[in-house]
Amino acid sequence: MLEADLIWLTILIFLPTATALTLLLVPARAAEVMRWLAVFGAAGTLSVSLCVVVGYYLLLDSRLDANGRPLYSAWTRLDARADQAASDAAQPIPKALLSDDWIARRPWIEDFDIYYALGVDGIGLSLVVLTALITLTALMASWNIEQGVRGYLILVLLLETGVIGAFLALDFFLFYVFYELMLIPMFVLIGLWGGERRRYAAFKFVVYTLTGSVAILAALLAWHTVDVRDFVDQAEVQQRVRELARERHLSESDVDNQVRIHTFDLVTLSKVGRAVMLILSGQEHRLAARDHIAEQPVWNQVPNGPVKLFAPGVDVAAAIARLKAQPVCTPSFQYLVFALLFVGFAVKVPVVPLHSWLPDAHVEAPTPISMILAGILLKLGGYGILRLAVPLCPWAAAQLSLWIGLIGVVGIVYGALVAMGQTDFKKLLAYSSVSHMGFVILGLAAWSSGGTAQYWQWGVNGAVFQMLAHGITASALFFVVGVVYDRAHHRDLRRMGGLWEPMPLYCGFSAVLFFASMGLPGLCGFVGEFFVLLSAWHFSPALAVPAVLSVILTAGYLLWTWLRVFTGVNEATASFADLTPREAATLLPYVVLAILLGVLPFTLVLKWVDPAVTGWIANLAVLR
Amino acid sequence: MFPTPAQLEALNWSLGSSLLQFLPEIALCLGIVTLLLLRMLPKGEQVATGILALAFVLVAGVAAALQVMGGTYAGSIFQGMLTADAFATVFRLVLLCGTLLVMVLIQASRLSEPWEAADLQVLLLGSTLGMLLMVQAQHLLMLFIAVEMAGVPAYALAAFPKQRSVGSEAALKFAVFGAAASGVMLYGISLLTATFGTGYLPNLVNAIAQRGLDLPVLAGLTLLLLGLGFKLSIVPVHFWCPDVFEGSAAEIAGFLATASKLAAAALFLRLLHSLQALQIEAWNLPLTVGLPLGIIAALTMTVGNLAAFGQSNLQRLLAYSTIAHAGYILLGIAVISSTSLPAVLFYLVAYLFMNFGAFAAVTWVRQATGRVDLEAVRGLVFRHPAPAVLFTVFLASLLGLPPLVGFAAKFQLFQAVYQAGQAAPPEWPALKMGWWTLLAIALLNTVLSAYYYLRVVRRMMLDEPPVGEPAALAPVASSPERLGGLLVLLLLLGVLVVLSGIYWHPLLLLSQIAAQTFI
Repeated sequence: MLEADLIWLTILIFLPTATALTLLLVPARAAEVMRWLAVFGAAGTLSVSLCVVVGYYLLLDSRLDANGRPLYSAWTRLDARADQAASDAAQPIPKALLSDDWIARRPWIEDFDIYYALGVDGIGLSLVVLTALITLTALMASWNIEQGVRGYLILVLLLETGVIGAFLALDFFLFYVFYELMLIPMFVLIGLWGGERRRYAAFKFVVYTLTGSVAILAALLAWHTVDVRDFVDQAEVQQRVRELARERHLSESDVDNQVRIHTFDLVTLSKVGRAVMLILSGQEHRLAARDHIAEQPVWNQVPNGPVKLFAPGVDVAAAIARLKAQPVCTPSFQYLVFALLFVGFAVKVPVVPLHSWLPDAHVEAPTPISMILAGILLKLGGYGILRLAVPLCPWAAAQLSLWIGLIGVVGIVYGALVAMGQTDFKKLLAYSSVSHMGFVILGLAAWSSGGTAQYWQWGVNGAVFQMLAHGITASALFFVVGVVYDRAHHRDLRRMGGLWEPMPLYCGFSAVLFFASMGLPGLCGFVGEFFVLLSAWHFSPALAVPAVLSVILTAGYLLWTWLRVFTGVNEATASFADLTPREAATLLPYVVLAILLGVLPFTLVLKWVDPAVTGWIANLAVLR
Repeated sequence: MFPTPAQLEALNWSLGSSLLQFLPEIALCLGIVTLLLLRMLPKGEQVATGILALAFVLVAGVAAALQVMGGTYAGSIFQGMLTADAFATVFRLVLLCGTLLVMVLIQASRLSEPWEAADLQVLLLGSTLGMLLMVQAQHLLMLFIAVEMAGVPAYALAAFPKQRSVGSEAALKFAVFGAAASGVMLYGISLLTATFGTGYLPNLVNAIAQRGLDLPVLAGLTLLLLGLGFKLSIVPVHFWCPDVFEGSAAEIAGFLATASKLAAAALFLRLLHSLQALQIEAWNLPLTVGLPLGIIAALTMTVGNLAAFGQSNLQRLLAYSTIAHAGYILLGIAVISSTSLPAVLFYLVAYLFMNFGAFAAVTWVRQATGRVDLEAVRGLVFRHPAPAVLFTVFLASLLGLPPLVGFAAKFQLFQAVYQAGQAAPPEWPALKMGWWTLLAIALLNTVLSAYYYLRVVRRMMLDEPPVGEPAALAPVASSPERLGGLLVLLLLLGVLVVLSGIYWHPLLLLSQIAAQTFI
């Protein structure tokens, strides 16, 4: 019997693909039918994702933590649920699969320990909802795509499957498959429906992204060779021992030390990473075995207390010796793999100096694709660093945290400065994306520990919130550009102006979005940046000061742009029509969300995202 | 001097069991004889030879499949000239699958005129027979005969269809290069047999293990592998490949690029893994043989990928792509470990599907436009979306993008190389660094190869069709239903590439069965 969460999550991922396949059946003349079908598919995906949010909230709410608070129970953290699911499946008589733990775990390619493992937590799920929303609005914004409608819609929907799958995957291999799935669709979408230099831009996008992917593939190979036998449920180890003994006709005690267990499970691998960090930083006496399958370290209680990473029933001394004998436990491995993962995802973020594909891709892509690119794909980079790079190699991340923070700040300042000099509306927004995503990097890098781990938690919360807020404002602003481009057929800021008069509704909507992007208090952009800056100040004032000052630059270029586009008197734009109902319907959710998230950030988002971030911080902050 | 009745009896009995193992080959031989004699009969000319040949290959394939499924293998047959172990049996099945695909493709594209169809089929069957013997050969003499038997019909095949002069040129080049390679290989074989006084592989391997790698052995082995490397088109014996692939018909090029290389790779694997199975302490096989082969592999893939950059002829481009893939395969072969063997086998089967798919797509392009250059596919997706999308699938699989079979294969291969580096003993630091460097080169090559694969995709998907396109589309081929058959084949291969990329189990099982011979 399939458990309910497996069904929900699988529908969430593959509903867009199913819609895409249905599109193949629609006769070629009925372009309008195809568009509506695609919109319905995307709307269905959004509904399913909201249902999952409700389910996840109910799960969080179902248990109280040690202090009697709801939502924050250690048992509802992703690690605990994933461990429990893996352990249940590993028992000699597998236990019943839970329907309400929002972990789905099925073997996919057993010879290589690859699982179809999906898991929900606040960080991934908030981005899934964002993805579903942006894809829906992007499809609504695609009505004026006339050529090759079917192919276009199919590719957008395939892209959505890839992105949602990557946000939900708990298995490194599965993550990689979904992550790569969007390469060719994006290549074709930019290259076929884009502007003048679209082929060049599409090629540049692929070459940059593929280079990053290959770096991630190298890290994937490296992690798969790590022996994790002391981190998984010991019932699984016993079973492997029995199998091997039967195979080689030896006694079980003889083969016991030959058993190696490999996995792609991100939760388990991150445990290895944390154990390695303790060993490399000379704190191996703190390593301990867990008492129960799912048990989480409780942070800011006992400084330098034991860190329970090994599976219950493991001989800790032997486990440490085994771990130390592996190459994973060397500084060079940690640095190299972290560098591979970080560079791989940094290309997507993008981080200066790996950003140069972004302005080209944005400028050449059609409006809806720019929305998806800025709103969703960039988030995958941030998510990858948050979910993979830092938890898998915490030691290297901690060692290099100052450098990573510096990279973030350079991105913030550089992006803002270059944006200031742009005359192409889209290029300006592209560089502002570089600047805004720098905050994500800075927030993640603001490593602090012990009693001050709270600051880092603000930073990570800020980073996640900044990803959501940037997803909303950047997609919306790209749509804003699309609207004016449809009327003016150019994006040259010097030739714009005076839109205030003919398009009042449009002007009002845009004003909200510009101010939200600028980080005006009360709108969504403010919350993330504020949290990140708070934590950055605690982390390193030298990094925080330029980041704070760059807010002035941001305000400068955005306000200036707004003035150049909307104010003044301009003969050329006087006859433009205001937003059509379809355009207004596309823009309205963004405007509403930009305000709501700014006013009620905690109630709407952080309430169910923060528990996941707390778990993430609790895992890592105890290590230093 | 004369055999005793008891010996005769034993001989008789072993002949019976050998012949039973030999059913696929016997079916092919029957096919060849039937096709040749058919023309003597009245009205024999009117028989559809293609279908007939297909039926014989199908029978052979079924016999091979039954042997694989039976799970019991005879081992040495024909007094040790051949071996019917799991490795050979699986390879026979895969090779027959390849031949079957080629024959279906030829049927679908109607490559040959009716009057030459029988020749084409006979040559194909003969070459396949040679390849089947190649993967079973257990004696150097048998090996040479098998390689020649696979090679000589292939030279002639390159010239089909006979009216085209470029085909003849390709065939001539192929024959000259091939003859030189055969000579080199024969020299190597004679060195080895002269040194050890035997050509029987198990004895030879044992003798090599005892004697060590001194000059005659090293020279003999190098020359032998060089001759085989010619078939696999590794650097520096790859020069024939682009010219021959460009000159011959796409169907034949597909045959040469897949089945022929599979057989050569199988021989490489058999030789190296027989040596490795002896666990010789005195000389570290991965270091003395593996790493040099790995360096050649790295050279091969880099040369192949870089040379493919500037190509404008699709068949020539795919030729360089097959050279690059020969590099990846050779890298896997060079690792010589228990994890690399199934990985290489998986790669070979995956490569058969995707590379053959690419050549079948080129065949479609040729039939539809009469050309095989990059310009022929300009804007293809706007006129014929289905073949353009399928061609893209094959190219993406060759590039190694998930979730296609090419990625599954590449993942396993790279995994094996990584593990080889990790498992390298600490007293050989060069080995560890060597494998990891080679892995890095292979990964970089994957990025490099994106350029030319995506260039084709770009031409198909992103560039507008030429203006006044109906003229450019002057169909050399023929009515739409002719291309319909081709399209069905393409679709089948495409589905195969996608499905076996998602569900690895059948191919994994097959490669594990084959690998159990040496592990």
